[in-house]
Amino acid sequence: MKTGAVLISLLQIIVMILLTPFLIGLMRQVRNRLEGRVGPGVGQPWRDLRKLFAKEPLRAPGTSWIQAGGPVLLMVSSLSVCALVPLISTVQSRLIPGDLFVVVSVLLLGTVALALVGLDAGTAFGGMGSSRHMTIAALVEPTVLVAVFALSVPIGSSALGDIVRARIADPSSIISLVSLLALVALGIATIAETSRMPVDNPATHLELTMIHEAMVLESSGRDLAWLELGSWLRLGALLGLIGSLLLPWGMATEPKPLAVLLGLAMLGAKLFVLASLLSVTEVFLAKLRLFRVPELLAGSFVLALLAVIASYILEAR
Amino acid sequence: MADSLFSQLVGLSAGVLLLSAVFLVWRRTQSGSIRLLSLQGVALATLVALIGVHKANLETFAVALLVLFLKGVLLPVLLTRSALRQGEGRDTPFINPTAALLLVALLAVLAYVVSRPLAILGSGPAIQVIPVGMTLVLIGFLLLATGRHAIAQLVGFLVLDNGIATVAFLTAGGVPLVVELGVLVDVLLVVLILRVLTGRIRDAYGATDLDDLTELRG
Repeated sequence: MKTGAVLISLLQIIVMILLTPFLIGLMRQVRNRLEGRVGPGVGQPWRDLRKLFAKEPLRAPGTSWIQAGGPVLLMVSSLSVCALVPLISTVQSRLIPGDLFVVVSVLLLGTVALALVGLDAGTAFGGMGSSRHMTIAALVEPTVLVAVFALSVPIGSSALGDIVRARIADPSSIISLVSLLALVALGIATIAETSRMPVDNPATHLELTMIHEAMVLESSGRDLAWLELGSWLRLGALLGLIGSLLLPWGMATEPKPLAVLLGLAMLGAKLFVLASLLSVTEVFLAKLRLFRVPELLAGSFVLALLAVIASYILEAR
Repeated sequence: MADSLFSQLVGLSAGVLLLSAVFLVWRRTQSGSIRLLSLQGVALATLVALIGVHKANLETFAVALLVLFLKGVLLPVLLTRSALRQGEGRDTPFINPTAALLLVALLAVLAYVVSRPLAILGSGPAIQVIPVGMTLVLIGFLLLATGRHAIAQLVGFLVLDNGIATVAFLTAGGVPLVVELGVLVDVLLVVLILRVLTGRIRDAYGATDLDDLTELRG
């Protein structure tokens, strides 16, 4: 049981590292095709990463150890999230359960690392990006917490594995009011957290309103590769979490090879569907004005809070 | 009807009531508000019909049809016609949407706390969703207090009325047909009178921004 859980966590990390660059490539490719361009193919992020890893990082004079340490910290936090979130299987180690609060705090660690990297070089763009990133993070983290909390109320446990297992056992709870409200809130929070379309434009490289790109502007070579891979892994893990909550079927409930293999295939399919959907919706969206982003996030927070209230109302009988 | 199905359907229609009220606070365009109000009326009628079916009460079912016709169709049509003649697309409320949404969250918590004593009195799914009705009442007050245009305030008034009706149906399992008929006709009359009034205000001042009416003119 114990070694099985550890092995599954390791497997999740390896699979996510291999899969997420292709996922990003897929999203870019879908967007390109829908906009009438040929696109570089789904393998392009991997080729970019290989190129960046081979390059020496250039650090501006006056930057501190944060410039080198931040990317590693972001990567560590993303890998921990990949290990903790139930993606392939609901089996979790007893030592570090994939608890909701643990996952959110580990996510926040990566957010802070990224913001520090942006601030370190002392450029105007980096500071702007970091300040926006922290503003959004401060609005998003409560939403994620409250949304998953709403899902955990009927089950009575804040371990994500238990929540997903209860959903496999009782699929009708997926389309209940609480679950729908919480999932919509979680979806908006994921989009904001990973700097996707209505909040930030992932395709931009030099714009006054960009958020993610402004922070990584001063990084190069290996540092940039770690930052990019770390951010992609966050997106992959959060999408995987939504996939596990929305379509929990096929996930392994026992650490058996065949079940794990099925879970693996289902994870690939879920990520493929969710990423394509996200990419298609992004084509039809325009970026929100920065001052209207809090409005969107406040809306998602209210939905999450209503989900909690509804879960207390409906479960009180 | 099976109890679990009944409670799930009651929860779902209460959820639609609540969500439409939240989106009313979020989106302040006039046509959008009126569509949401119509959706809310349909959800209320569904809730009443569910209670009627559950109690096998034909009178409650008739009330549901009445509510559906009046709040789902007639009032939205009346509002749309006066909004069209008015030609103002968007209300500019006194507080921005972010603050209003956070207020809605607070009001929802408040409504839940306030209706705890009521929830203890009885059991069953209908009693459990009383906080939704309370939230509607409070959101109606919020819309009334922060709306700037006459139509927006009218929408707030109707949300308030929907909230009161929801609480009445959930607690008492429906009031006698005569009383309900009286209340509905009352609301209809209020809307008609206010429609005439907004028409007069517009004719006299060119807009229905009620801020312009705060000072006396000789």
